[in-house]
Amino acid sequence: MIRVEGIHKSFGKVHAVRGVSFNAPDGKITGLLGPNGAGKSTTLRVLYTVLRPDEGSASIDGADVVTQSLEARRRIGALPHGAGLYPHLTARENIAYYARLCGLESGSIDERVENIIRLLEIEDFAERRTKGFSQGQRTKVAIARSLVHDPQNIILDEPSNGLDVMATRSLRDLILKLKDAGRCVLFSSHVMQEVAALCDDICIIANGKVAIDDSADGIRERTGCDDLEDAFVEAIRMVGPA
Amino acid sequence: MRTLLTVFRKEVLDNVRDRRTLVSALIMGPLFGPMLFAFMINLSIERSLENAERIIELPVIGRQHAPNLVRYLHSRNIDAVDGPADRAAALDAVATGAHDVVLVIPEEFGEQFAEAAPARIELIADRSNTQADREARRVRGALHAYGQELASIRLSARGVSPLALRPLNVDDVDVSTPSGRSAILLGMMSYFLIFAMLMGGMYLAIDTTAGERERGSLEPLLALPVTRNQLLLGKIAATCVFMALSLGLSLGSFFVALKFMPLDELGMTPNFGPLTVAAAFLILAPFILLGAAVMTLVASFTKSYREAQTWLSGVLLLPTLPILIVSILTLRPRLEFMFVPSLSQHLLLIDMVKNEPLDPLHIAISAGSTLLFGGILTWICARLYRREGLLG
Repeated sequence: MIRVEGIHKSFGKVHAVRGVSFNAPDGKITGLLGPNGAGKSTTLRVLYTVLRPDEGSASIDGADVVTQSLEARRRIGALPHGAGLYPHLTARENIAYYARLCGLESGSIDERVENIIRLLEIEDFAERRTKGFSQGQRTKVAIARSLVHDPQNIILDEPSNGLDVMATRSLRDLILKLKDAGRCVLFSSHVMQEVAALCDDICIIANGKVAIDDSADGIRERTGCDDLEDAFVEAIRMVGPA
Repeated sequence: MRTLLTVFRKEVLDNVRDRRTLVSALIMGPLFGPMLFAFMINLSIERSLENAERIIELPVIGRQHAPNLVRYLHSRNIDAVDGPADRAAALDAVATGAHDVVLVIPEEFGEQFAEAAPARIELIADRSNTQADREARRVRGALHAYGQELASIRLSARGVSPLALRPLNVDDVDVSTPSGRSAILLGMMSYFLIFAMLMGGMYLAIDTTAGERERGSLEPLLALPVTRNQLLLGKIAATCVFMALSLGLSLGSFFVALKFMPLDELGMTPNFGPLTVAAAFLILAPFILLGAAVMTLVASFTKSYREAQTWLSGVLLLPTLPILIVSILTLRPRLEFMFVPSLSQHLLLIDMVKNEPLDPLHIAISAGSTLLFGGILTWICARLYRREGLLG
């Protein structure tokens, strides 16, 4: 369960996030949708605690991301945008490193890593060093490593970027599996179709503000557009320029 | 503690597999330094041995005018050969570098000599050419000695004691011990050792911030349920281990290299046995933490791996500064120097190689202050590792 209440974040003169609020409940998939530079990544970075909000607050399962950041991180599996692996370590070693850092019991690490490797179907290249992996292989390993400690909340920043059709499909299956397991999944994208196909809730962000926060049907109704892409454009227009 | 160990183990594994790190830690630093050093020492040994004994071929114009002088020069390993046609040609030959030194004996030499008037001879050389000047000095020395000898003979013939010509009798007494003389050359060694030590950890230090960031692995790492202090300390610990490894290897290669250097021919017997090697390691060890922290700190301000590399090459020169200043001013070890990292290690190392007793207080201050600086810089690194700007 992720709660975001009125967060603001500026970088110098750039006011990237201006009062974003939304909730991402357990057992649901929440999509953060917006054009490039809308403030999606900044919002997610605040949630996985690498940035502090200037104003407002956010919490993960009740743990405040500023005052209880360690506790908040314990409850998150995060895939930052363009996450990189250690090229000299094998896929398995990359995942096992995160498992140890997350404080899993030494006895259970091997089993846990094995499970996540099977879940993400990376058995074929698990023992290879990750140098030279394709984008799809890299993303799979990066997701596996962020899920290795079985977090309740999963934050994925543009996970489908650079993935081919097959990889996108298996990513979609994984997200649905996580939802069925009662997890809270929050992911960002700038592709309307992708979000519409997966999400229970869609939060459209533009110019650092929430334009609309509703289900796909709700968004169609409120914007008066049947086509989701038109609805997306309409919602962004409603926010107005920065 | 467990997290710190996990980070440490991963960094070691990761870097052991990285050829770039291995080459710089295990090959560049440890081998390059001693090899360069051996090369320089061998060169200077060859030069000094060569100069004393080598036979000089001296072009002489008009040697038929002074056969005795030519014979005397021959006894001093200076062989007269036919020179250029005339004086003008000789001047030209020396100016263009065709000859280093030319001796001109004018026709009237025999006449002046017989009259016991000062017989004029000309030595043509180029003083701005150091190699040529060395030869000219030898010839000049030989001519001077020949003149002295003749003067003594002439005085004796007139019934005057030749001692009248020597109102002063100057004896040079050199108090430097063979070990002491080694210290001058071996003084460079401490810098090579610190250089190798820093090289060993350079890539790890860059990787801690700029490297992880460029690869995109920093952000997911920081999103894990660990504190940044643990991450940073684990990484610095791994950096220190690689630096210690480099230092140990460098000392080992120096130990081997010195065995093959003909130092005793230069009258040097450096004190560099296995025990000294071990002690040198302990004296230099406190500098490891400081070096690791400085490199990590500098790298943390850079935007990219390449930029970090550029800046860190500059940092490699930093420890030379105090050593350089002290060698230029030829200062003796003093208590207050022991507070200066790199300088204190350098001075202690030199004393040890000179086989002089070390003051335990000096060792304690050197280690204490260097560790303190290292600790402060590590703390600053940790502070900086917590700032948001770290992600770039």
